[in-house]
Amino acid sequence: MEDIIQRKSGDSIELISFRIGEQEFCVDIMAVREIRGWTPATSLPQAPSFVKGVINLRGAVLPIVDLAARMGMAVTEPNERHVIIVTRICDQQVGLLVDAVCDIITVDTGTIQQTPDLACDVVKTFVKGLLAMEGRMISLISLDNVLPTLEAEQAGAETASILAA
Amino acid sequence: MDPLAAIKVTFFQECEEQLAELEGGLLAMEGGDHDPEIVNAVFRAVHSIKGGAGAFSLEELVRFSHVFETALDLIRSGDIPADQETLKLLLRSADVLADHVRAARDGGSVDEGRSSAMAEALEALASGMGGGGEADTGDGFSDFVFNPVAIDLSDTAAAPDASIEDLLARVTGEVAAADADEGAEGDVTWHIRFYPQVGLYQKANESGLLLRELARLGRIDVRLDVSGLPNLQNMNPEDAYLGWSVELTGPAIEEAAVRDVFEWVDGDCYLDIVRADAASAQTLATSIDAVGEVDVMALIRAAQAAEVPGAAMVPPSSGSAPAGAPARAEPAKAKEAALDAKAQAAAREASPQTIRVDLERVDRLIDLVGELVINQAMLTQRVAECGLQRASSVAMGLDDLEQLTREIQDSVMAIRAQPVKSVFQRFPRLVREIAAMTGKEVRLIMEGEGTEVDKTVIERLSDPLTHMIRNAIDHGLETPEEREAAGKPREGVVKLAALHRSGRIVIEISDDGRGINRPRVKQIAVDKGLISPETNLSDDEIDNLIFMAGFSTAATVSDISGRGVGMDVVRRSIQSLGGRINISSRPGQGSTFTLSLPLTLAVLDGMVVTVAGQTLVAPLTAIIESLQPKAADVRNLGPNAQVIAIRDTHVPLIDIGRSLGYRTVTPPPTEGVALLVEGEGGSRAALMVDAIQGQRQVVIKSLEANYRPVPGIAAATILGDGRVALILDIDAVMVPKPHEGLGAAPASTGGGYDLSAAPTSLAKVG
Repeated sequence: MEDIIQRKSGDSIELISFRIGEQEFCVDIMAVREIRGWTPATSLPQAPSFVKGVINLRGAVLPIVDLAARMGMAVTEPNERHVIIVTRICDQQVGLLVDAVCDIITVDTGTIQQTPDLACDVVKTFVKGLLAMEGRMISLISLDNVLPTLEAEQAGAETASILAA
Repeated sequence: MDPLAAIKVTFFQECEEQLAELEGGLLAMEGGDHDPEIVNAVFRAVHSIKGGAGAFSLEELVRFSHVFETALDLIRSGDIPADQETLKLLLRSADVLADHVRAARDGGSVDEGRSSAMAEALEALASGMGGGGEADTGDGFSDFVFNPVAIDLSDTAAAPDASIEDLLARVTGEVAAADADEGAEGDVTWHIRFYPQVGLYQKANESGLLLRELARLGRIDVRLDVSGLPNLQNMNPEDAYLGWSVELTGPAIEEAAVRDVFEWVDGDCYLDIVRADAASAQTLATSIDAVGEVDVMALIRAAQAAEVPGAAMVPPSSGSAPAGAPARAEPAKAKEAALDAKAQAAAREASPQTIRVDLERVDRLIDLVGELVINQAMLTQRVAECGLQRASSVAMGLDDLEQLTREIQDSVMAIRAQPVKSVFQRFPRLVREIAAMTGKEVRLIMEGEGTEVDKTVIERLSDPLTHMIRNAIDHGLETPEEREAAGKPREGVVKLAALHRSGRIVIEISDDGRGINRPRVKQIAVDKGLISPETNLSDDEIDNLIFMAGFSTAATVSDISGRGVGMDVVRRSIQSLGGRINISSRPGQGSTFTLSLPLTLAVLDGMVVTVAGQTLVAPLTAIIESLQPKAADVRNLGPNAQVIAIRDTHVPLIDIGRSLGYRTVTPPPTEGVALLVEGEGGSRAALMVDAIQGQRQVVIKSLEANYRPVPGIAAATILGDGRVALILDIDAVMVPKPHEGLGAAPASTGGGYDLSAAPTSLAKVG
């Protein structure tokens, strides 16, 4: 994700923006495989609270991460109006549970602002930059650390290359 | 991969097949089968390896296979009797040849001493049969090479027609002079007319070499036919005008052998092979060729027709080819030839056509069919939910669909299935080597090599079976002296049998050795602290002690077995395949190990259960029985553990819901169902579930592909309602936990279904 910020002004990237509660976030469209409605997940034993369980994505077992809970907000009680954004992180597919998908936005990488220094670790872990659009603030999410096994050490090169792709 | 390397890979793959055929053929010969076709197949196998090795300049391999081939050729021609001693030598040579092939493939080297000793032995065998035969196969034809002949063009300018014919006739004369001995009694003569077309030369084939190959089969008389040759003025130097007619005489030359010579130029030449004394056979053979398959009744009718004197004998239409074949038809011979043709056609049937397919493609197909099955089940469920009648056309259509889907699934699974032969075939060598090392006399009997099972299962069977065969010879069989003293034949028998039984493959390894020494086994188990001395065990239970970890009966660690790998490892690897292993033994009469394995790792027979509102699947192989616990049978043990009395034994009662963390309070056991399961180590436990939904075959889906291993869960599957259900890792849930639940650290120590090889986890397979 760093490299998105470092890209010189003039490069534009496409992002998918979505809403969790009152806040707006976005991810690189290249990491998104599909968007689908909520289907009940099979819960996994000993899973962290933000892992809702697994669903059947045309034969593949897809873990669902409650992005709100992942970022330390309230655990989502999903209903059929919630949305799953199927993303590809490294070699794994992960579904992100969000409230609603808003838009596809094209932004100049130069307009992405550095995340301000906050005390909150969660923000540091997941928010890699901020976008100002029509008076709204959209946080650019780094997918690296969404799944627990991918935390910390596995970030880095692979993800950067995926996002650069 | 560059093309040459790719061809090389194919060559080595084919080498493996040839080696298997070689060994199979030699074993059949050792078993008393004297079918000349087997000898030919054996010879061909070595010959092909030599040919390929030559193309890749694999000197060592060429050298050894050449010596081997020479010896086999003499056996083929009957100059060396194929007695037991010779066959033993040949089998050992086949082992060395296999080593050479592997060395050529993987780098590394062959045991030079062994190889050269074997080569010497083969040479001694070849030379030991007297000079005549030697000359037959080698020296006699060393001069049989097409040499360029200078043509004086000044002559041809004057009289083109005559002089070319003269010159060519001179060349022909030299060739024909190669051997003109008349055939002895019992010899067969083949008339071969060989008219190369231009394509043959364009593909860099050489008629001379083909004729030389023919010369290897027997005495040949070659005549060059120049009648197709145009005037020099009209001649295209790159066209093919010449033809040869060859009379090949020798003992028991098979048509197939003759055809093999021309295998590579098939389609690029006009070829006519007729047995001299049975031209009518040609008609039959042609009709078989034309139809492409055997119609036995037609053959018999044709043979009967041939017996009628004066029946029309149609000589083969010669087309552009001139010299007609002699058509001396003798009815009796014709009948014989018809039978020959039949046998030949049968042989053709025996080698079905195959294609090589990338395993990944097959796995992808299997995956997709798995989806189809799930989807079909979902559809059925939806239709049922709509309240449609069973007899409605939609429901009936769905029934048909279901049947079709099952058939597709079975057929696709069959693609991955392979005969166990591919693993069995390495054991004759193993047995020979161990027998030599231990000084025991061993005969290996193999049955049911054609039994098919999933490729992955086969691959992972090799190690456990190797180990068990080693054990059977090393520990099971007595020395020849001991056997004689016990009134048994000196030669011990190890039997390896495979069969299908109720949707699983059963493999039995039995020996007729001394059987399990029960008092000693029990003593060792007591000494090693595996059981307490007072334990009262049945014979069966004592036999099964050898599967316990840390148990090894061999007093000394021998070179063969007992390299720290015990039967517990064998048991574990079998169980990781979803299989079971059992032993039955009778003192003085031998032991039998029985393995029972699933046919595939992609699907699993499971018991679908409900626990705390969740649907789970328990592998059926682990379940011994299910029962409704009675309050009186359940007892508390310690602060929060419970045991249940099942007949005479007490087994721990484990609430799956609690151990997986689905609930914190265990409902009364009497309200649920207990599954009595057996783990890897043979330990038992009763797993409490709320209800049993039924028994179902499920397609295994990897959890790790998109997530990570989950303690207590082996894998996932997708049920008919389209939802994911988790498959229990029985061993992991059985392991007593220090705290409540399984905790974050995996409690399982490499247990449960090892799914790394399941086709669904493509990441690991690929």
